[in-house]
Amino acid sequence: MPGTVQSIERAAAVLRLLAAAPDGLGVADLGNALGLAKTTVHGILRTLHQVGFVEQDHSGAHYHLSDAFGRLGETYLDSNELRSRAINWADSLASRSGEVVRVGRLVEGKLVVVHHVFRPDDSDQDLDVGTTLPPHACALGKAVLAFDTSGAARPAKLEAYTTRTIVDPARLADELAAVRTKGWAGECEEYIVEMASIAAPIRGLGGLVVGAVGMTGRIERICDSRLRHRPDLISMVRATAEAIGRDLREDS
Amino acid sequence: MAEQYVAAVDQGTNSSRCILFDRRGRLVSVAQREHRQLFPRPGWVEHDATEIWRNVTRVVPAAVRQIGAEPSQIVAIGIANQRETSLLWDRWTGQPIGHAVVWQDTRTDRLVSELAGDQGPDRFADLCGLPLTTYFSAPRIRWMLDHTTGLRQRAERGEVLFGTMESWLIWNFTGGVNGGLHVTDVTNASRTMLMNIETLQWDDTLLEAFDVPRVILPEIRPSSGVFGLATEVLPGVRIGAALGDQQAALFGQTCFSAGEAKCTYGTGSFLLLHTGQEIVRSKHGMLTTVAYQIGTEPASYALEGSMAVTGSLVQWFRDGLGLIHTAAEIETLARTVEDNGGAYIVPAFSGLFAPHWRSEARGVIAGLTGYITKGHLARAVLEATGFQTLEVVDAMNADSGIALTALKVDGGMTANNLLMQFLADLLDVRVVRPMVTETVSLGAAYGAGLAVGYWPDLEGLRSNWHRAGQWLPHMDPARRATEYENWKAAVQRTFNWIRPE
Ligand SMILES: Nc1ncnc2c1ncn2[C@@H]1O[C@H](COP(=O)(O)OP(=O)(O)OP(=O)(O)O)[C@@H](O)[C@H]1O
Ligand SMILES: [Mg+2]
Repeated sequence: MPGTVQSIERAAAVLRLLAAAPDGLGVADLGNALGLAKTTVHGILRTLHQVGFVEQDHSGAHYHLSDAFGRLGETYLDSNELRSRAINWADSLASRSGEVVRVGRLVEGKLVVVHHVFRPDDSDQDLDVGTTLPPHACALGKAVLAFDTSGAARPAKLEAYTTRTIVDPARLADELAAVRTKGWAGECEEYIVEMASIAAPIRGLGGLVVGAVGMTGRIERICDSRLRHRPDLISMVRATAEAIGRDLREDS
Repeated sequence: MAEQYVAAVDQGTNSSRCILFDRRGRLVSVAQREHRQLFPRPGWVEHDATEIWRNVTRVVPAAVRQIGAEPSQIVAIGIANQRETSLLWDRWTGQPIGHAVVWQDTRTDRLVSELAGDQGPDRFADLCGLPLTTYFSAPRIRWMLDHTTGLRQRAERGEVLFGTMESWLIWNFTGGVNGGLHVTDVTNASRTMLMNIETLQWDDTLLEAFDVPRVILPEIRPSSGVFGLATEVLPGVRIGAALGDQQAALFGQTCFSAGEAKCTYGTGSFLLLHTGQEIVRSKHGMLTTVAYQIGTEPASYALEGSMAVTGSLVQWFRDGLGLIHTAAEIETLARTVEDNGGAYIVPAFSGLFAPHWRSEARGVIAGLTGYITKGHLARAVLEATGFQTLEVVDAMNADSGIALTALKVDGGMTANNLLMQFLADLLDVRVVRPMVTETVSLGAAYGAGLAVGYWPDLEGLRSNWHRAGQWLPHMDPARRATEYENWKAAVQRTFNWIRPE
């Protein structure tokens, strides 16, 4: 049987002490209280700071619990921050693939578009940031639903948008299991006739899926003649999701 | 054959980045490192040039590694840099003499008004295209020479080198004390107040007026053209371009013809209008500056509207006030309210730049009432960027006699949709974002790629430009007019805050 993880026990102890100290505590206070070396405490605090559980006061000498720690059930990454982090990579995906690119995340059971890059053909297009998509009928939605544990993956009724939309919960569950295995999600004409999409999950710190990035285009450009999603586009989408995730994990 | 790339180094005010671009002008990798902002006294802003060079030596290999490329796949290096930030270093040891004095620094305000004397701030505008303010390099060089014991004598003996950041980087890339090249480009030189805007040479009248010895100055080169071979970091790779960051962004937006303009939204924001090979003198507070020079071709010029504090106001809201955790969160906070609630923030932190050029101005929050929440202030922070742009666009339209019909934007703040919509509403024009927001780097890459033949010509580059996003104006004209009036009234309240002793 695997043992317990010591650093998590220590982190939990640090959190308890901070929760009980309204004015915050310094590295030395915590080290003395727990019998730990300063460098150890410092490492724990740095990690807790990075994941957003603790904050430093202005002078940097004292740490206290963050507001976000009290609201852990809420999403930890601001949608506008996600757009800021994704923008370079989403642009690059659009110019490489020649298709529309979107970044989305799940909010109250809906897939909300947080970023939209036009198809690079200079035709008239409207930004649709802030609009919602039905998660079970688009690749972005499936890419996040597959990793959702909040229950949004089990919507009461799966509405049909085309004859290809998945409306059977059991089939959707199978599809999402397949997404988890493959690491990407696809869709052909399940939302709009003659359109198809590919998306991949964006993983932030600790592997948490914070949203998805994907492309949408005419079916003949996204899929081959047997309606299989083109492998070159799949790898572009996955590399894009990986690049955004790497940025998020490296310097948050 | 393995794919080839151009490496752009963007040495900015807050960080240094290296971005690799492929032949289609697409970003393939990015590495970035921030450096410290040193504030030794109120109004003083400094950088440690050693730290900056160290960061550059790290981000370049990191960007190459990110895509598993070999250094031999890099065909050229292009450099873009924060402009006007001034550094002196020792020619023999290669060590910086003190810190670099940053473009936002206002320590030269008294010196500048002394120099202006009875003739006023436009005393040298005919020669260099710029008004006397704390913004440009020459007063800073003078200040450094005057305030370091023995430095002027050392400088006159030829032991000291001056440079803006591209000179410092190129000198280090090409070997430093072991034969490093001491060079600059026409765009950076055009921000010193020491270069004659017509001859593109250091000007004796200006050198004398600022009391700067010619021996410390670098050689002025075209922006795009092989400067030399790197011996450090990417040995053997040609350095193909150097441009001031804003000129690089103009180039990256492929504004190659007279009448084309862009505005870059970063720490500060800068609207540049290409004026062709003609030197246009502004009557409305715009600067005349060199846009670029490609090889032996004649230089192109630009009119520039500089706004000192835009993204840095967001940073102040985050770090100074602690009301948000990341810059992007300002949009979330601003969207918690419908409007600014009557509050206006005029961020005259280093005085006001274009079109006012008032160094004695300092910032205000106007229209405060008990009704105002942090959400309203967040709106006011973003709107400050919009209003400043409107002032600059108005002035630019007045100078050029043609009204702008669309605004090409780029830079970190263009990720902010609320701000982009506000800009479209306030300016009453389309706001268009290209497929690459890192146009500073793209422009440096284009310059370097052209110099080594990686790209054949400007027309080819134009076809890389694509629209990535667009915002259309919706604001009611009456509301636009009232808001602008309120803003102008708030601006008036910043004037004459610093009074002569
Ligand atoms: N989503 C956002 N909303 C508002 N402001 C933002 C947002 N994202 C970034 N910023 C602001 O934009 C600036 C960063 O943009 P960018 O990286 O283009 O700046 P820069 O001027 O090139 O940086 P440097 O000073 O290093 O050259 C920061 O001042 C930051 O506060
Ligand atoms: Mg910059």
